[in-house]
Amino acid sequence: MKFVDEFRTPELIGKAGEEIRRLADPNRHYRIMEVCGGHTHAIYRFGLKDLLPSNVELIHGPGCPVCVLPMGRIDDGLALAAQPDFIFAAFGDMMRVPGTHGSPLEYKARGMDVRIVYSPADALKLARSNPEKHVMFFAIGFETTAPSTALTLMRARAEGLGNFSVFCNHVTIIPAIRAILDSPDMRLDGFVGPGHVSTVIGCRPYDWIAKDERKPVVVSGFEPLDILQSIVMLLRQLRKGEAKVENQYKRVVPWEGNRAALRAMGEVFELRAYFEWRGLGFISQSALKIRPSYAQWDSEQRFAVPGVRVTDPKAAQCGEVLKGVLKPAQCKLFGRECTPEQPVGALMVSSEGSCAAYFNYEHRKPVSIATVAPN
Amino acid sequence: MCLAIPGKIIELDAQNALQAVVDVVGVRRKVDLGLLQDEPPVPGEWVLIHVGFAMSKISEAEAADQMRTLTMLGEAEAAMEEVRGYGLEDKEWDSPGQRWKQ
Repeated sequence: MKFVDEFRTPELIGKAGEEIRRLADPNRHYRIMEVCGGHTHAIYRFGLKDLLPSNVELIHGPGCPVCVLPMGRIDDGLALAAQPDFIFAAFGDMMRVPGTHGSPLEYKARGMDVRIVYSPADALKLARSNPEKHVMFFAIGFETTAPSTALTLMRARAEGLGNFSVFCNHVTIIPAIRAILDSPDMRLDGFVGPGHVSTVIGCRPYDWIAKDERKPVVVSGFEPLDILQSIVMLLRQLRKGEAKVENQYKRVVPWEGNRAALRAMGEVFELRAYFEWRGLGFISQSALKIRPSYAQWDSEQRFAVPGVRVTDPKAAQCGEVLKGVLKPAQCKLFGRECTPEQPVGALMVSSEGSCAAYFNYEHRKPVSIATVAPN
Repeated sequence: MCLAIPGKIIELDAQNALQAVVDVVGVRRKVDLGLLQDEPPVPGEWVLIHVGFAMSKISEAEAADQMRTLTMLGEAEAAMEEVRGYGLEDKEWDSPGQRWKQ
C-alpha cells in the first residue's frame, strides 16, 4: 500500500480498511461522493482508494471553488480591472485560472496591477495604503471563506473606505448537492460531508439529504483515518438501511455551525436568483450577492460588468468529471492538452481539483515518501 | 484557501479585542477574531484560521494533527506562505513561539 508507512496510526488505518471490507456487501456496488475538494486531495495523496474494496467507489464532488467558477466570471473580473488605477486582488488559487485571454497572472505579466492576497482583510489593507487607486477583491469560495469576505465588507463600510469593492463569486454548497442529486445520470449512495464548510453552516442543512433523499451524510475530517472512519459510518448506515446525518469531525464542527459567521453572511449577502457553475450549468439560489445596503462596495453594483458568458472548451469534459460521471483520466484532454502546468479546465488548476489530484498522484509518479517529514 | 491553518493566540490587540497576534509554527501574524465574537478565544487557546480569520477554537492536539495533515498533503509550505501574508504582514516577530517541526 502506497503511503501506509507514513500514517500516524497504521494499525487503526488497517482496521478501518478491514471494517470497510466487512461492512460492504459484495453483491452491491457503493458510490460515495466526497463533496469537498480538500477530501479529494487527501484521498489521492494518501492512496486511500487502495484501501477500499473494488465495490466501494469514491466519486469526487463539486467542492472546489476555483473549479466550479465559470470562465465568464474571470473575464468579467479582469475586464473591470482593466480600468485605469485599478488593483485586482485575489487569492493565490485564482492566479493561474485561465480566462478567455489569459489568467490573472498573464494579465499581470502584460502590465495589469494584479496582487495575490492571503486574506480579504489584506485586500482592504491594500485599499488603505493605495488611496489613489481602486482595489477590487475577486472573492471566491464556499461558506468557508464567505464569512470573512462579509466581515471585511462590514469593516470597509464602517471605515467609509471609498476605494474598495468586492467582485463576489461566493457559492453555497447545498444547491450544488441538490443539482447533482437531481441529475438523471447520477446514482449515489451517500456523502462524505465537507469538514470546514460545516464549521460554518453546521450539520442541519444536510437533513433533507437524509430525510427526503434517503441518503446518509457523514461530515468528515481531513486525516486519512477521518475519511476512512466516515466511510465506515456511511456503510454501517447503509447496511442497516438507515439515512442520517452524522458528524465524524465533532472535534472541530459544532452541530449548529458558527452563528457569528452566519450572522455576518446574513448582514452582507443575499441569495442570487441563479448562478452559473462550470460543468453544472445554472443553479437557482446557489450563490451569494452583496445586499443593496453595501452597493458602494459591490463591484457589480458600482461598475458596469460586461456579463461575459463563455462556453467551456468543447473537448474538455470538466462537467462530466465534476459531476462524477467520468473519471479524470477518461477526459479526452487529460494528461495531454490539459496538465497542471498548462491547464485547459479549472479542475486541473487547483490542488483540490480532482484532475490535478489524479494527475499528481496517480498519473505521474507519486512524490517519494522520503520527502515527507517523518512523524 | 480552503485549508485551515492552526494557530495559537499569543496576545489580543489592546485597542481592538477582535484582533489578535497568533503564532503559526513560529510565524506571528495578526488574525481577525470577528467570527468568534460569541466566545472569543483568550491567549494560550488554539484556533483554526481560514484566509486570515479564526473560524473555530480547537485543542492543542487537534492543532498538531492539522499541521501534520497539511505537511502530509504537501500544503504546509503554501500555508506558511499564506501566513507570511505575501509581504503584507503587520509586524515582524522573531520569537520562535511553539513549533511542531524541527
